[in-house]
Amino acid sequence: MPIDPRTIELLGPDDLLLKRRRLVRELRGTGGRRELRVAVLGGSTTNEVVDFLEVLLLASGFDPVFYQSEYGRFYEDAVQDPTALIDFRPEIVYLHTSYRNVVAFPPVASTEEQHQTQLARELERFREIWRSIHDRIGCQIIQNNFELPPYALLGNLDTVASGGRSRFLLDLNAAFAADVRANPRLLIQDLHGISSRIGLDRWFDWNRWFSYKILYSPEGTLALARSLNAMIRAIYGKSRKVLLLDLDNTLWGGVIGDDGVDKIQIGRETPLAEAYTAFQEYCALMRQRGVLLAVCSKNDEAIAKGGFEHPDSVLKLTDFSAFKANWEPKHENLIQAAGELNLGVDSFVFVDDNPAERAIVEAQVPGVAVPDVGSEVSGFISLLDRGRYFEAVSLSKEDFDRAAMYANRSEQIALQSKFANYGEYLDSLVMAAEIDAFQPVYMDRITQLTNKTNQFNLTTRRYTLAEMESIAHDSSYVTLYGRLKDRFGDNGLVTVIVGRQEDTALHLDLWLMSCRVLKREMELAVLDTLVERAQKAGLNSLVGYYIPTSKNGMVADHYRNLGFEQLGSEEGTTAWKLDLAGYQKRNKHIQVSGKNHG
Amino acid sequence: MDSDTILAQLQPIFQDILDQPDLVITRQSNAQNVEDWDSLAHVNLVTAIERHFKVKFALAELQGLKDVGDMIELIQRKLSQK
Repeated sequence: MPIDPRTIELLGPDDLLLKRRRLVRELRGTGGRRELRVAVLGGSTTNEVVDFLEVLLLASGFDPVFYQSEYGRFYEDAVQDPTALIDFRPEIVYLHTSYRNVVAFPPVASTEEQHQTQLARELERFREIWRSIHDRIGCQIIQNNFELPPYALLGNLDTVASGGRSRFLLDLNAAFAADVRANPRLLIQDLHGISSRIGLDRWFDWNRWFSYKILYSPEGTLALARSLNAMIRAIYGKSRKVLLLDLDNTLWGGVIGDDGVDKIQIGRETPLAEAYTAFQEYCALMRQRGVLLAVCSKNDEAIAKGGFEHPDSVLKLTDFSAFKANWEPKHENLIQAAGELNLGVDSFVFVDDNPAERAIVEAQVPGVAVPDVGSEVSGFISLLDRGRYFEAVSLSKEDFDRAAMYANRSEQIALQSKFANYGEYLDSLVMAAEIDAFQPVYMDRITQLTNKTNQFNLTTRRYTLAEMESIAHDSSYVTLYGRLKDRFGDNGLVTVIVGRQEDTALHLDLWLMSCRVLKREMELAVLDTLVERAQKAGLNSLVGYYIPTSKNGMVADHYRNLGFEQLGSEEGTTAWKLDLAGYQKRNKHIQVSGKNHG
Repeated sequence: MDSDTILAQLQPIFQDILDQPDLVITRQSNAQNVEDWDSLAHVNLVTAIERHFKVKFALAELQGLKDVGDMIELIQRKLSQK
């Protein structure tokens, strides 16, 4: 029987223990995967973590290759003898350490000064590891923070006293977090949070520790591997973006078409109403952090919208970026909503209390996440949280403003119809672009956009932050980013180009743009600047490539439309050339400036 | 639970963990005469067996296991103590 990768995400530790080898064998055989080189440097036995992670990464579409340090030699492998690690060429180094790997615990009778000294010492030991990996390899590092110790020697004082180990670990976690905020190549995996949700008594497994030096229970290892899989998916732009919600018995209790808006369960009057209110509050917070909300409900549209005029409704109609309430099948509505938002269906997480609706959406729309949230609203939040669907590696201003930008766009679509021609419409937008070579302040956003853009993306190459930074500093590359503002607001950084100089041509390894600004002629403005920079570097042609994927069909003719001539094609990939002699500027509707150095 | 029933329940666990659908283990099977039963597989086998029979082996008990026969006896003892 073929394996559905989505069900693998939901497997428990028993299934994984038993079926792991078979799953790996069968998944490895399926093509179209991206190789991913992951080094795991451990302070305990890491085989089980790697075993579970391998299956999950395969289900996420990667083809993982692992390196594991010898037992407990994470420090030596990173700092003293990193040759093997360097030779492995990891893209991600995961430092899997536990409270047992902390060496500088202060004595029980420690003074406050001693506590601080020991804390600095321990922090420096880990900084040494991070620096060594950064300087010698320059790849992404994931470091887990620490769980609380298995016993509190000093009882409640353990988190207070200068010699308390709980206190020491909590302070160390805070110090790690401060380092991470200043170092985008370092990510923290929150072992403290993961172990707390499981419970320390179920987290540690002492028999396995003393027998095999595996510190955690299978449940613990699986939670850890799931979180790691979500982080890696986020690094490579595979996080979800939209929460698609049913209405009746999902966002409120009752059936609004039958019961009427006055009778639906929302507010503070009953326990059930309170539970739906709590779920709406959770959805509102998701929207604030950049997750788009959308509705997919079998309902009369006007009646459905009336639910959000209930005085106790936390969510308002304007909070939704798409609203599908009709009698069409839900999977068709989902596909339409994806089209309206210019997002792939694999950006969606579908929440519905009705198992029949979940089943049809899951079966009809491959790629959409359909968690089994059950039918009890009080459990929705923890089940969604456990899925780690919206994991992010960084949060930018764009994330916080995203919902507002998508709301503006529906206004624009309405506006568009009033103009005599398209050029007039574009002029009415009063667009201003900032186009320039990569700047340090934008590197996070450039990498984030590069790794999550699938549709307007000519080559779909993914880069880590470290790789992007080294390209930015390499004079054999011409790089460009573009920001676009219009009268409705700031769209933020929306386009990225990486060109590599070879002889007298500039080869375009990467050209991508957010679909938020499709059909604005932003690509023309960017091309003008690109040609100008290439000519300044003494080059006389541009060579572009189109590598087809299941999602980037919209740009198949991108280079043809820009007047490039086709050079040839190989296995579907096409190459295109533009001679720069006599190039005439194309952009007519966008005012362009370089980086505002002010 | 009699020892034949335990052996029968062990079969699919060994087949799955070692990914050998046709494997048939006997009381004499051990890490030397079963292919791929290495130390890593052993950890998985013990963990899966504990979880299947809902028993927890003591540290000392794990050290004395020589073959599947020993394992069956141990499981039987643990089950009778429950």
